[in-house]
Amino acid sequence: MKYQKELVVFKKEKLNPACFLLELKSEEPLCEILPGQFVNILVKGVAERLLRRPISIHDVDYKTNIISLVVQKAGLATEKLSLINEGDKLDVVFPLGNSFPTEENHPLLIGGGVGTAPLYYLAKTYYNKGIKPTVLIGARTEDQLFLIDKYKTVADVYFSTEDGSIGEKGLVTTNSIMNGSFSAILTCGPTPMMKSVADVAAKKQIPCFVSLENRMACGIGACLCCVTDTKSEGNVCVCTNGAVFDSKELCNM
Amino acid sequence: MDKRLNTTVGSLKLKNPLLTASGTFGFGTEYEDFIDLNSLGGFIVKGTTGEKREGNPYPRLAETPSGMINAVGLQNKGVEYFCNNIYPQIKDKNPNIIVNVSGSSIEEYCKVASLINDLPSIPAIELNISCPNVKKGGMGFGVNKDMAKEVITEVRKVYKKHLIVKLTPNVTNIIEIAQAAELAGADSLSLINTILAMAVDAEKQKPLISTITGGLSGPAIKPIALRCVWQVSHNVNIPVIGIGGIMNARDVVEFMLVGASAVEIGTANFINPSVCTQIIKDLSDYCDRHKLNSITELIGKI
Ligand SMILES: Cc1cc2nc3c(=O)[nH]c(=O)nc-3n(C[C@H](O)[C@H](O)[C@H](O)COP(=O)(O)OP(=O)(O)OC[C@H]3O[C@@H](n4cnc5c(N)ncnc54)[C@H](O)[C@@H]3O)c2cc1C
Ligand SMILES: Cc1cc2nc3c(=O)[nH]c(=O)nc-3n(C[C@H](O)[C@H](O)[C@H](O)COP(=O)(O)O)c2cc1C
Ligand code: FES
Repeated sequence: MKYQKELVVFKKEKLNPACFLLELKSEEPLCEILPGQFVNILVKGVAERLLRRPISIHDVDYKTNIISLVVQKAGLATEKLSLINEGDKLDVVFPLGNSFPTEENHPLLIGGGVGTAPLYYLAKTYYNKGIKPTVLIGARTEDQLFLIDKYKTVADVYFSTEDGSIGEKGLVTTNSIMNGSFSAILTCGPTPMMKSVADVAAKKQIPCFVSLENRMACGIGACLCCVTDTKSEGNVCVCTNGAVFDSKELCNM
Repeated sequence: MDKRLNTTVGSLKLKNPLLTASGTFGFGTEYEDFIDLNSLGGFIVKGTTGEKREGNPYPRLAETPSGMINAVGLQNKGVEYFCNNIYPQIKDKNPNIIVNVSGSSIEEYCKVASLINDLPSIPAIELNISCPNVKKGGMGFGVNKDMAKEVITEVRKVYKKHLIVKLTPNVTNIIEIAQAAELAGADSLSLINTILAMAVDAEKQKPLISTITGGLSGPAIKPIALRCVWQVSHNVNIPVIGIGGIMNARDVVEFMLVGASAVEIGTANFINPSVCTQIIKDLSDYCDRHKLNSITELIGKI
């Protein structure tokens, strides 16, 4: 079941020059939300951006009925969204999409840039099952990281930065943690990063699940705008068959 | 149910003037979490072709001022899949489920139309002679009055129920095509389909969609759609269904005033999946405020 609800902006916090945290509170109890699912937010008042903005779910708190998001200012709609005030309401459709696998016994989670956002809820899900996952975060510099202490409460966290300002210098794929043995890699970030991560996983002969960010119009499988080409079924909707896919299924991974 | 909102399109009896536009409403079921499908006047399902089609490569979508450009390219699993797998699931969800029929040859149009003709719970088809996305077919038929006439004449021979012909605005004289469709046996006309358009990324210096050009929809096209509906409805003797950028009840009223007997809601469903419920409610309010006994009193006042 999907819902369209007015959620209240409970908290808005600047995380770094590009990203901000949004905590959205529901009046009613939240439905079950899976790690890797996303919301579709209506950002009003931008004539060039009529469509909703898909944003991954960063965290869910069923006690307070709060869904947290991390949003990067990427263009007109996200800039406008960054101007919203605490107490304002947002029209949100959720939860959308499938889920990252949550049954791995030794997963490596790799995030790049704002793609790290959904990995918190994923790591927490594993942690609550008694499996402390490994999280590897890639960024250009330390300034671009966010909420690191929070990630450290549920995972062993490692970093790769292009300038070496934190963790190892270089790309995530050259981080020494990649030499460890894992049952699967679960990743979200820029497409080139996910591609090279998928290559490494293939060499290690372990599964790799990637979360795609295709352009969407409806988010519910009705318009067929968001498709990705798959080996077994041809074009499938990222919003309903994904956003998480086994990298081996994707033609362009 | 507010009886004042009842309207008809030829033999089709609608409980209100709202249909949903093909390609924007999936098979209806995608919207069931947000809307009672039976509250609609009817709904029009995805464009259906003779064989399975993969559609165009990604990216298929670009946002533009007050609108969007799409290049889905008729991705669908083909008419047999629809009849065997989709139809049984949706057939009881609304009395007016309409199938949008496409093809790249007259034979293909006829194949789809005749198979749909055998489905008892589908009272009408909407013949898409206007889709601008598919390189062969679609576009070709709708922009030329002789070709439009030919395909409609042939489909008319195999299709016995209500035949809606959907017109493209990408023509010099839409009245001419509308009249050709009427002569060839259309029971009603729906218009407009998307407008051929383009969007460019100045930074990357590249087109934003894979096919370079695509179909523009949304509020940006409403003034053009109103003009087309007004021109056509005053020059044919069959009912007209208005489509293009309808976002709210006021837009519905505008289309009815220029001659539409019913309307289709398209892009608005993406922005607000429960928009139709809101519009139906607001149309009742409009009837109250304007003391209408029937919304049909509006049709063609302008
Ligand atoms: C499932 C999913 C989850 C997501 N999760 C998050 C998240 O957690 N946090 C987050 O910050 N963002 C997330 N995104 C991305 C976010 O939705 C977009 O950044 C946002 O919608 C951009 O809107 P905008 O108007 O601000 O920017 P826009 O101006 O619309 O776009 C930003 C960039 O995309 C480019 N672009 C524009 N049109 C196209 C096109 N048709 N094809 C390809 N590129 C194009 C532009 O050139 C620009 O560089 C997610 C996307 C998806 C699909
Ligand atoms: C994503 C998308 C897919 C569409 N697919 C079809 C289709 O398969 N057949 C068709 O006749 N029209 C199709 N259309 C056109 C719509 O039915 C409608 O005519 C058009 O979008 C204008 O209405 P709107 O501005 O309310 O969206 C499509 C439109 C969109 C946006
Ligand atoms: S965004 Fe419409 S089908 Fe995925």
